Amino acid sequence: MSRIASRIAGRFEALKEQGRGGLITFVTAGDPDLETSRDILMGLADAGADLIELGMPFSDPMADGPAIQAASLRALKSGMTLKKTLALVAEFRQQDKDTPVVLMGYYNPIYIHGSDAFITDAKAAGVDGLIIVDLPPEEMHELEGAAHAAGIDIIFLTAPTSDDARLPVIVERASGFVYYVSITGVTGTGSADIGDIHSAVERIRRHTDLPIGVGFGIKTPEQAAEISSVANAAVVGSALVDIIAANLDAGGKAKPGLVEKLLGLVADLAAGVRGAGKKVT
Amino acid sequence: MKKLNTYRGGPDEAGHFGIYGGRFVAETLMPLILEVEAAWDAARADTAFWDEFHYLMKHYVGRPSPLYFAKRLTEHFGGAKLYFKRDELNHTGAHKINNTIGQILLARRMGKTRIIAETGAGQHGVATATVCALFGLPCVVYMGETDIERQAPNVFRMKLLGAEVRAVTSGTGTLKDAMNEALRDWVANVDDTFYIIGTVAGPHPYPAMVRDFQCIIGNEVREQIQEAEGEGRMPDSLVACIGGGSNAMGLFHPFLDDEDIRIIGVEAGGHGIETGKHCASLTGGKPGVLHGNRTYLLQTDDGQILDGHSISAGLDYPGIGPEHSWLFDNGRVEYVSVTDREALDAFQLCTKTEGIIPALEPSHALAHVGKILGELPSDHIMVMNMCGRGDKDVFAVAKMLGVEVSQ
Repeated sequence: MSRIASRIAGRFEALKEQGRGGLITFVTAGDPDLETSRDILMGLADAGADLIELGMPFSDPMADGPAIQAASLRALKSGMTLKKTLALVAEFRQQDKDTPVVLMGYYNPIYIHGSDAFITDAKAAGVDGLIIVDLPPEEMHELEGAAHAAGIDIIFLTAPTSDDARLPVIVERASGFVYYVSITGVTGTGSADIGDIHSAVERIRRHTDLPIGVGFGIKTPEQAAEISSVANAAVVGSALVDIIAANLDAGGKAKPGLVEKLLGLVADLAAGVRGAGKKVT
Repeated sequence: MKKLNTYRGGPDEAGHFGIYGGRFVAETLMPLILEVEAAWDAARADTAFWDEFHYLMKHYVGRPSPLYFAKRLTEHFGGAKLYFKRDELNHTGAHKINNTIGQILLARRMGKTRIIAETGAGQHGVATATVCALFGLPCVVYMGETDIERQAPNVFRMKLLGAEVRAVTSGTGTLKDAMNEALRDWVANVDDTFYIIGTVAGPHPYPAMVRDFQCIIGNEVREQIQEAEGEGRMPDSLVACIGGGSNAMGLFHPFLDDEDIRIIGVEAGGHGIETGKHCASLTGGKPGVLHGNRTYLLQTDDGQILDGHSISAGLDYPGIGPEHSWLFDNGRVEYVSVTDREALDAFQLCTKTEGIIPALEPSHALAHVGKILGELPSDHIMVMNMCGRGDKDVFAVAKMLGVEVSQ
């Protein structure tokens, strides 16, 4: 399959030239409310995020741990919908033409929106890639035709359970980058051993020349630095979402300083990956 | 109705019944799903597997369950003859054990050493805890905290059987959240754990596998009705209640290609479909993707899953097995709903008239039977699946009838 020349591919090329791994940040759209979420989104790139992963809230996020489940429910409670998520990306795109945006979520809201209409609307909003957790390669035909035609990357998850027989099935359909889920578990739980991650990344590299992002269990600048020295990017999600959860008042409203605290951690993480110093090949 | 050569040929290799079913799971689970599928394909072709299954069905579960002519209810309604398939007489009091026996045999065959399950009313949890006790395997049952409160006797049963019952507080704390949590556990414990799903839903191969274990119900009926009514005589109609739809599929499936037989599934109408407080996925929902399969779901216009409402915790699931969705679309099976109130009335009627305390789930089926039996001719034979006994429900029923009973 021909690789799509996308904003995502361009960003990974630039990272390669800079000789460092990237930082991918995850937050859920509309968490804890649309206003605060907009402020976070608009500040991420300046704080040092190389790619932005934005969660599409879903009532039943079966691959996520408590932190991101709660983020989804907060967003839904505040009135977030898929349409509003797309509108938020469109607003971001007005301001930032360069930073890739990847939407991550579950298939049902997309299916209800209409798969083809969703791709059209996502493209128009300026979305660059999609991670749909419950669309494994066996079911991705639902979206990939329209996505490829629109030039939207489909990013697949690989896991410690993806063996050498399984990896080719996954990477042959992938574009943008390959997401390595570093633990067998849900988001925000344990952290994998860096040695295990290194060998897993090497194993995936034998099957694809796409960049590899590693996520699940990465919480600190030190971990992000370590990961970005063995992979092309580190994904941090639950640690950011935890900051949101810890800075809400009794009514669930954002306390003053929430956005600054979150962007502060992003800046620390970004310094981590920039200081990692080891050239990624 | 679109004519097909057979209604029993599904699913296809990818687990689809028409557009329904499939394998909508996270990649971490995909290798496991494929492993379960390969193991199931091997097991179902192995007579030794089925010999062990049928041995346990006979000597442990107490099958075949009787096919009982409900003479007094037949007289009460006037019209067609009503038979009950007495699956409430099974060990553990419902049809759920047919499936858990089958799946634990598969888990053992695969060398899995730890069992997890989700449960709503607790019947599937009890049936899973039972087979885990039987085979000495550790068992974790996920149950929504809302359900734990309303099904205290079953929670205690599971604990007596040695299972660990984990309260699920995420989401809305009901069956769908319990299933989410069981899937999360499975993702985190892929090496040693087998997930025993309680109904004909979930990713392929579960809908087909659970159906095949439950088909013992309909297969027995095919023989028993001939013993009762004469060689070659088949029922004219079949009725069963539907939450996820496993007891109904078990009764219906062996008869799907007998096209003269009218087949009716009864969903939980709660306060009434028009109120929005119900569990009728087919008659009140629309197709979507959840828990590994595409099927009819209760959901918002934004694709967020809604909680169902039913007097019966066992029917309280916002989805339904994908094969039912397919049978609904192609029209082979009729799907209707009855309300909480109608089910409660049927519960009391059955208890007083037949001396059988039915679970609230089959009380739904009986409520619909009561609506149509009287209008059918006296030579019409209807079989209803009495899929569970009502002992677990007596406290809930007392509460609804305004009677104080101390537990």
